[in-house]
Amino acid sequence: MDVTIPILILAIPLFMFLLLGLLGMKMSHKLAGTLGTLGMGTVLVLSYYTAYNYFFSGSAQFITEGGDRLQALIFDQTWLAFTEKLIIKIGFLLDPISAMMLVVITTISFMVHLYSMGYMRDHHGVYEHGFQRFYAFLSLFSFSMLGLVVAPNIFQMYIFWELVGASSYLLIGFYYVKPSAVSASKKAFIVTRFADLGFLIGILVLSYYTGTFNFTQFTSAPVEGMAGVFQVSENTAMGIRNIFETSAAPMFMGASVLTWALVLIFMGGMGKSAMMPLHIWLPDAMEGPTPVSALIHAATMVVAGVYLVARLFPLYLMEESALTIITVVGALTAFYAAMVACTQIDIKRVLAFSTISQIAFMMVSLGVARPEIHEGLGYMASMFHLFTHAMFKALLFLGAGALIHAIGSNDYTAMHGLRKYMPITHWTFLIGCLAIAGIIPFSGFFSKDEILSACVGYDWVAYLWMSLVAGLTAFYMFRLYFLIFWWKEHKVAEGHHAPHDQPWTMSLPLIILAAVSCVAGFIPFGKLVSWNGEPYDFMAHFDWGVAAVSLTVALIGIGLAAVMYARENTLPEKFKNALPRLWDWCHHRFYWDELYMFITHKIIFGCVCRPLAWFDRHVIDGTMDAMATVTNKASEAIKPLQSGQIQMYVWYYLVGALLLGTITAVCLL
Amino acid sequence: MEISAIYYLVPALIMFCCGVYGFITRKNMIAMLISLELMLNAVDMNFVIFNRYLYPDAMEGMFFTLFAIAIAAAETALAIAIIINIFRAAKNIDVRSLNEMKF
Amino acid sequence: MFSNILIYFVVIPLLMLAGLAISRNIKQIRAVAVVGSLALTALSVVLLLQYLEIRHSGNTEPMLFVDSWSWFAPLNINLAVGVDGISIAMLLLSSVIVFAGSFASWTIQQPKEFFLWLILLSTGVFGFFISIDLFTMFMFYEVALIPMYLLIGVWGSGNKNYSAMKLTLMLMGGSAFLMLGLIGIYYHSAPEGGQLTWNILEIAKNGAISHGWQTFLFPMTFVGFGVLGAMFPFHTWSPDGHASAPTAVSMLHAGVLMKLGGYGCFRVAIYLMPQAAHELAWIFLILTGISVVYGAFCACVKTDLKYINAYSSVSHCGLVLFAILMLNTTAMTGAIMQMLSHGLMTALFFALIGMIYGRTHTRDITKMGGMMQILPYLSVCYVIAGMASLGLPGLSGFVAEMTIFVGSFQQGMADYLSGAGSLRLVFTIIACCSIVITAVYILRVVGKLLLGPVHDEHHRELTDATWWERLSTVTLILCVAGIGCFPNFFNNLINFTFSPAIFAVLGLN
Repeated sequence: MDVTIPILILAIPLFMFLLLGLLGMKMSHKLAGTLGTLGMGTVLVLSYYTAYNYFFSGSAQFITEGGDRLQALIFDQTWLAFTEKLIIKIGFLLDPISAMMLVVITTISFMVHLYSMGYMRDHHGVYEHGFQRFYAFLSLFSFSMLGLVVAPNIFQMYIFWELVGASSYLLIGFYYVKPSAVSASKKAFIVTRFADLGFLIGILVLSYYTGTFNFTQFTSAPVEGMAGVFQVSENTAMGIRNIFETSAAPMFMGASVLTWALVLIFMGGMGKSAMMPLHIWLPDAMEGPTPVSALIHAATMVVAGVYLVARLFPLYLMEESALTIITVVGALTAFYAAMVACTQIDIKRVLAFSTISQIAFMMVSLGVARPEIHEGLGYMASMFHLFTHAMFKALLFLGAGALIHAIGSNDYTAMHGLRKYMPITHWTFLIGCLAIAGIIPFSGFFSKDEILSACVGYDWVAYLWMSLVAGLTAFYMFRLYFLIFWWKEHKVAEGHHAPHDQPWTMSLPLIILAAVSCVAGFIPFGKLVSWNGEPYDFMAHFDWGVAAVSLTVALIGIGLAAVMYARENTLPEKFKNALPRLWDWCHHRFYWDELYMFITHKIIFGCVCRPLAWFDRHVIDGTMDAMATVTNKASEAIKPLQSGQIQMYVWYYLVGALLLGTITAVCLL
Repeated sequence: MEISAIYYLVPALIMFCCGVYGFITRKNMIAMLISLELMLNAVDMNFVIFNRYLYPDAMEGMFFTLFAIAIAAAETALAIAIIINIFRAAKNIDVRSLNEMKF
Repeated sequence: MFSNILIYFVVIPLLMLAGLAISRNIKQIRAVAVVGSLALTALSVVLLLQYLEIRHSGNTEPMLFVDSWSWFAPLNINLAVGVDGISIAMLLLSSVIVFAGSFASWTIQQPKEFFLWLILLSTGVFGFFISIDLFTMFMFYEVALIPMYLLIGVWGSGNKNYSAMKLTLMLMGGSAFLMLGLIGIYYHSAPEGGQLTWNILEIAKNGAISHGWQTFLFPMTFVGFGVLGAMFPFHTWSPDGHASAPTAVSMLHAGVLMKLGGYGCFRVAIYLMPQAAHELAWIFLILTGISVVYGAFCACVKTDLKYINAYSSVSHCGLVLFAILMLNTTAMTGAIMQMLSHGLMTALFFALIGMIYGRTHTRDITKMGGMMQILPYLSVCYVIAGMASLGLPGLSGFVAEMTIFVGSFQQGMADYLSGAGSLRLVFTIIACCSIVITAVYILRVVGKLLLGPVHDEHHRELTDATWWERLSTVTLILCVAGIGCFPNFFNNLINFTFSPAIFAVLGLN
């Protein structure tokens, strides 16, 4: 395949970032926005072309005669050579998941670019301060995220991983005058940085033993006769595992070193994908502009952790204990986030917790995926859910953005009964809610159902647990939906316009995403993406029982939400009063933030940094000063000996001479 | 009967010791100068005495003494001039209090 | 005039000194400083190109452009010069920082005297980097240190007398150790009956320093240079010194002078006494490992911008020495990259702090806030410097740190697996933790100083950067981004240095 298009896919957003970042302030708002959107539009077209080419062209580079998908290394340029073998390269790896991610990222990013043209201005059409900067950062983010997903080696992934973290920092802190936005951005960066420490050490361990950073050398074998084409192979992963097992010290603290490496790498994923206990940054990240939340904190960056695990999946298969950890972390997070989402007031926070919960679904799905269980259905389901979730969650966030734009508040108590005022938003939001709740025929039903099917094959407890979470999902989403659009009639305050639907730049993305959410479930995803590249026929493994159960659970959740929130009533209050402790804990997110505040401020700052600074000033510096003081004091003490008074000198001389004379005399006699 | 040299040397020694003692203990510059002169004169006496008793034919000791007296006179003049100048500047010729240039 | 290009690195500053001596007004002084530093930068680029050309033609001598002029024959003291990739990297760094520093001190008081001392200081720096004769090297080292006393004492701020005295005395204390070490090396530089020499290349070739003497001389020289490299616990001159120094001096000091320490540790201590380096590395590994996290933790709670930066320098320079002690090619390459990277970004930091201080007259972050609204240009530069410091890919900090971590980890694992102890591994992981702590203190400053609401309404009247300030910062940012985007060029430049001849000396593999 020609390298021009892949290079352009990366280069255009980077160029846009530099252009808008350096010259943006000289441009008009409209020009900057249009340029950014056009740039992203071009990338969208190129990415679609690339993905289409990959999936459907049937080129020998991409697909074997047996229909297996291959990994094509389009280009690979040395960037930094540590040693002869350990080389960071910047390259472009095209395989099922990266092609899928190209589509997801560019679609959502383009929608957000378009949407922000309307969102980032007030009702009088005046653009927000820093509009150009916003587009520059969006381009930077798109560049970084695209670079992340096409990375052919783990270090390139780490590089772009850091870059998406930084652009997320810049975008969360977009309203940098607001202290809450500043601290949220700081928190997001530091928490993910902490996770990246684990990621980095994981990379170091893995690369030490294997002597390479390349994904293709971890999980795939080269295809004979074609340069730069690889096929996923369990044997390679097994070979890697053997390297670890035959090394001098295969175990470390009771677990194999490979497990340690994989768990540490997963820790990086936990940070980016907001898994418990590193989830605390994501709800706060909602301080950023809503389109940013849709792009970064719902659809793309937060799934990077899932993507990372998927990328190394054959290696994870070699260490079941690592997969078990992923499953457990995912399951706990899914339930936790769903519980918290039921009690939040801020609509963006509800969506944030729902995102955490849904990503945890994907993690669980990867954790339970085994070749022997439905031929690795979990992997496919996870990627499918990633795809559908990106679409409907972006839709929900953009819908929430439209509501916030119309009402001027994040708080649902200021909304209520908006369905008549904002019909487009209402219908698209409803579609998003139906999709996430898993109602047939919306996209979420299919992907979630596959995840649950994968869980069934793995373990009954996991299945029941995840079904419960699925029910909760339906409940809290419809709670949100009813509270915003129903509950009671909307009161328009005196002197205010009635809330109304938004300009076409905002409506169009909503409609497109809603349409995608309606039909995405029918994509034969298994034919395109599977863990080892073999086409996967989902219908052969379709479990009607599971589908019926999950549909029932979702309907129960929706029904419950309808009973409690469709009309103004006192049921919610009663519920709250019946279980005050539980409600409090959920509402305060199980006090995780307080715990972190305690650890960082009281322990790290109070018990480490301050004592160290004190130690530096008073002990180390004190020692140095004491040396100077002692020298000073000593010279002060002997200074009178050099008084300059001849009489004293004569006196010393006399005494000295007499002493010497006496000693000589005594010795001689 | 010849008078023994010792009768001249002892007073010279006493004079020298007085000079040393005075030089060490007196704080007044003039007094120190006088003590210095005492020591110098004691030494001069010794020169003359030894010249007379050991080398009665030679006159070097005498000449040397004459030179020393002349130089001592010049020296005293210089010292007095310095002392007067110090007195003008500091209103004081006590050596203990004249340490401004020192520290 | 001179056959050897290297001599011009000393000649140009001397000409600049002469030019300054006869210049009459501020314009002439500025012209001399700018033209001179531009000439130096051009010279180092020319040197770089010539060097690469010679290397590409297959020359694998440890040093190029080697030359020697006798200076004091009875003790065999020569003005011996020669460069390898490391020296060239350092020369490039120094000339860029002198260039940026000249612009950063555009409006200094008493410019003539200031620039005289500043250029004298840079003469010492350039002389140090081109020398391969221990005695000449030491002489230039001292030439670089002494002007610092006057520059801080006269043009400084705050508690400047104390700081200037402290800095000078501590560095002189280091020099005392160093001199002892160097003289020791001289007297053991040749086998019995051979001609004693100060020349590094010859000493390395002779390899005559006995094992016993190495264990004595290695700590001497390492500590001597380590003091300048702000090694724990000899780092306390750095916060006070930087806090009091004027902008350009802080830039030059943190950017270049502290690199003399790292460079010296490599070029003298480790290069000449590899056996002792292998045996005694553990002591200094612990000390420098502590430096890395200790400096970062201290920076977390300071409120004076310059103190924060000085402690961050302790942390970053600690990483340089730490990596050198790994005795591993990758880690050492990383150490040199870190010197380059830290030099540039810390100079940028100090330039920006100086510019902000010049406007607000305070460096206390609790008394400032919302600078992004008032001084957008300077604030954006500060964010870029911060991002470089916390290791954002695309800027220089990342490549340097990653090279160090990868190299150290390789060595640590190799040690651990071969049963040679887990010290290196443990300290590598501890050093890795610094990437998190660095993020904490950088973002703390960015959050408090630049973002958020305006703290002091008087600050609203401040004006943003002038053209010379922009030029100074843009130069540094371009260099930081250049290293960050094209690291392999510098990697290769430095790697050439670790040619087989040096591997043999160091016993590396």
